[in-house]
Parts: sequence; structure tokens; C-alpha cells
Amino acid sequence: MSTFAAPNATSRATALTKEEIERYSRHLILPEVGVEGQLKLKNARVLLVGAGGLGAPLALYLSAAGVGTLGLVDFDVVERSNLQRQVIHGTGDIGRKKIESAAASIAAINPNVRVERHELALSSENALDIIKNYEIVADGTDNFPTRYLVNDACVLLGKPNVYGSIFRFEGQASVFAAADAPCYRCLYPEPPPPGLVPSCAEGGVLGILPGVVGLIQATEVVKLILGLGESLQGRLLLYDALAMRFRELKLRKDPDCPICGTHRTITKLIDYNQFCGVPQASATPATIAGEIDPVAVKARLDSGEDLQLIDVREPQEYQICHIPQARLIPLGELPKRLHELDRSRPIVVHCKTGGRSAKAADLLRQNGFTGVLNMTGGILAWSDKVDPAVPKY
Amino acid sequence: MAPRLKSIVGEALAALTKGFAALRSHLSNDKGQLRSFVNVYLNDDDIRRLDERGKTAVASSDTLSIVPSIVGGCQ
Repeated sequence: MSTFAAPNATSRATALTKEEIERYSRHLILPEVGVEGQLKLKNARVLLVGAGGLGAPLALYLSAAGVGTLGLVDFDVVERSNLQRQVIHGTGDIGRKKIESAAASIAAINPNVRVERHELALSSENALDIIKNYEIVADGTDNFPTRYLVNDACVLLGKPNVYGSIFRFEGQASVFAAADAPCYRCLYPEPPPPGLVPSCAEGGVLGILPGVVGLIQATEVVKLILGLGESLQGRLLLYDALAMRFRELKLRKDPDCPICGTHRTITKLIDYNQFCGVPQASATPATIAGEIDPVAVKARLDSGEDLQLIDVREPQEYQICHIPQARLIPLGELPKRLHELDRSRPIVVHCKTGGRSAKAADLLRQNGFTGVLNMTGGILAWSDKVDPAVPKY
Repeated sequence: MAPRLKSIVGEALAALTKGFAALRSHLSNDKGQLRSFVNVYLNDDDIRRLDERGKTAVASSDTLSIVPSIVGGCQ
């Protein structure tokens, strides 16, 4: 396995301080690491994309292990709902920028680590400029456009992409794009259409899960830096927390891969939102025409209008909070339960943030229902605008 | 998900999705082709690399795994 030279070779450390020798003593007595390996860690530059569920264990352990420079890419703010799994942030950090909160935790663990802050959304315009300054990238993002962007940038720059991904009780990990290894596109040539695969925010995630998967990523990062062991490249590791079982699948380079195959059609970064079919920010007039603000829904309910308010979330979400007048029909059950709705009365559908209810509204319209409106922003917007007593989750 | 079926992969998947239209639409497109964000492995091999999709032989001792692409990590 090859190891990686720091881009700025002149600033390479050649010795450890007394403090560092004490701090890293359990590494130094491992013959596979030793002073030489610890210096490799100290001189290493690793980019963590996302300071969330996966980024938290990555950052905590890589800084403790003595990785000299950690780049952090994140533009988010710490929310209370992050704390169930993003252990780099604390209760006192709510409202703080994740990048600042993470940097403070890293400094508390190991002041020797240099943190480089990239407070932005990684994009086709900035990705190459940022990634080129690092030797290894660890991808802990949560959306398909950024996954493909990170993959493509790493392939184009020849940087290993230490991949981890989680959903509910399961995780995946691999090392993509390292010398002759398959890339993410070899595994999944195309993303699912938007909305088909729920995110953690929609589908939930066991809080411990990113700890396990993020530390698998951290392990691969450290092995790449030290040039130790067998990397996960060419293998997809699957983790099933409920069965407590790891499985390994073979991952082969796809000769037809558009970015790393024999006939490459992608030679520079593309528009990843378009590639992933993500609608552009500006809503179409047609969408707005079928929408209704929560305040207007409240007013219509208060006026005594005979409105059918349908909550299309899942039963466990309804248990967390619901609007008193709303009737629960989960989106998945809606096609079979259309007969329960009165076609002569107006219908307002809602969910958590408005995405699933937009699908429900479309489904109702396709089945001949008229006067169907989608409540903009879902029950979270209801909490913001109508009833702050409704908890946000 | 690991059905053990004595069949070719395509038939095994058809048997799995029979009667579950919603599952079928997640696994294959209108033309009945496996979707590109869903991988099927026969034991530890991607069937795309083994043979023409859905035509690979399956023995009763084999395990078929459906591994969809997942994306969570940050939020």
C-alpha cells in the first residue's frame, strides 16, 4: 500500500515533542506505528466532509490519534436533534456553528491538531480547490449530490475517498478512488430519484450507528496514513446493528464507469443537483398554487369550515405530536384508503416538512380529487407559525 | 434480505416481489430492469459483474442480497 506525502513537504515535522511522546506513548510502543508512524500521522492532512453523525467520531478519534491537520467542511448549525448522535457537539453548543463547536472539541482533546475551517457547502466550483490540499478525504455527508461530487473530485485528483453511509440500523463503508480502486460510481452508477430513499431526518437513525461506521472510516484513514494492513478498497463492508453482523461484498472497478473506466466521459465536475434530479430552489407557480400556509389552515379550521385535514406521516410521528383536527393516513396506506376521504369536501394534507404531503396531494389529484392543498412546511411550520407548544423533532 | 431460492436470479427476484408491487417498483424500472441504485449480490459477488442481469444461476445454498444505496451521515 502506498502512503501519502503532504502537499507542503517543507513544513513536515521530523520530531515529536516531549508532550507528544507522552500523549502518543501507546502508539509509539506499537512496532507497526512507532515514532515514524506517529510522525506520518502528525504530517497528515485529512479532509472531513460534514461535521455531523459520521464526522463527529472521525474528528474526535483522528484528533486524539494525532492526525496533524484536519480540514472540516460544514455550514450547518448545531440543533438539539443532532445531539442524540453527533457527540462532538454538546448541549451548550445548540445554535452554534458546527464547525466552531467541532473545532473547540478537537482543541480540547488535542491542541496539537490544526483545524482548517471550510464553512461552506462543497460545490463543483470549490471542491477541487479544497480537496487538492488534502491527502485523504472522509465523506460523511447526507445527500446524493454531495456524495457524487466528493467521489468525482477524489477520482479526478487521485485522492482516496473513505466512504461511510448510514440509514436507520444499517451502515456501509468502503475506500473508493485510491490507486486503481473502484469508485462510488462503480458501486452505484446513478442515484435514486429524489424522494425515493428517505434521509436520516425522514427515516430516523439509531444514535449509536454513526459512531460505529464513523470509526470504521477513521480506522481506514489511519491505516492509509500509516500504510498498514488491508484497506477496504475493492470491498463494501455492510453493518447490520440489529443482527450485529458485518458482511463484506466484492467491489470491482466498472470498465464502463464514466469517470474511472476505460472510456471516460466525465473529465471535470458536473452539475450534481441536475445529475441527481434535485429540483432547483425556485418553486414553480404550479406548486405554489397547490399549497396553503399553516396560518391559513388554522384560520379555515377556526372558521368552522368542513375541512379534511389529513396527516400522511407515520404512526410513531403522529404519537410525537399532531394537530388535533388531523386524521392520520400514512402516505404508504393512502392508495388503499382513498375511499375513506370525502370527495365533496376540501382536503388539506400535511406531513413533517411538506415533502411527503406533496406526493400525497399529487396522488389525490391523480385520483380525481379536487380542491387538494398541501400545507407548506408541514407540522414543523405549524409549530413555528401557529402553535409553538407542538414539539419539533 | 436474503431469500434462498432454487432459481435463476431474475426468477428469484420475481418470486420475492410477486404480490408486492411497491417493492417491485423500488427494485426495477418499467422495463423490468434492475434499477441502477439497487445492487444485487449472489453471495459476495455483484450480479452485474457475473453475468447478464438476472440470468445468473442460483443454487439453494446461495444467498441473494439486495443492497440499495443509502446516503445518511450528517444531518
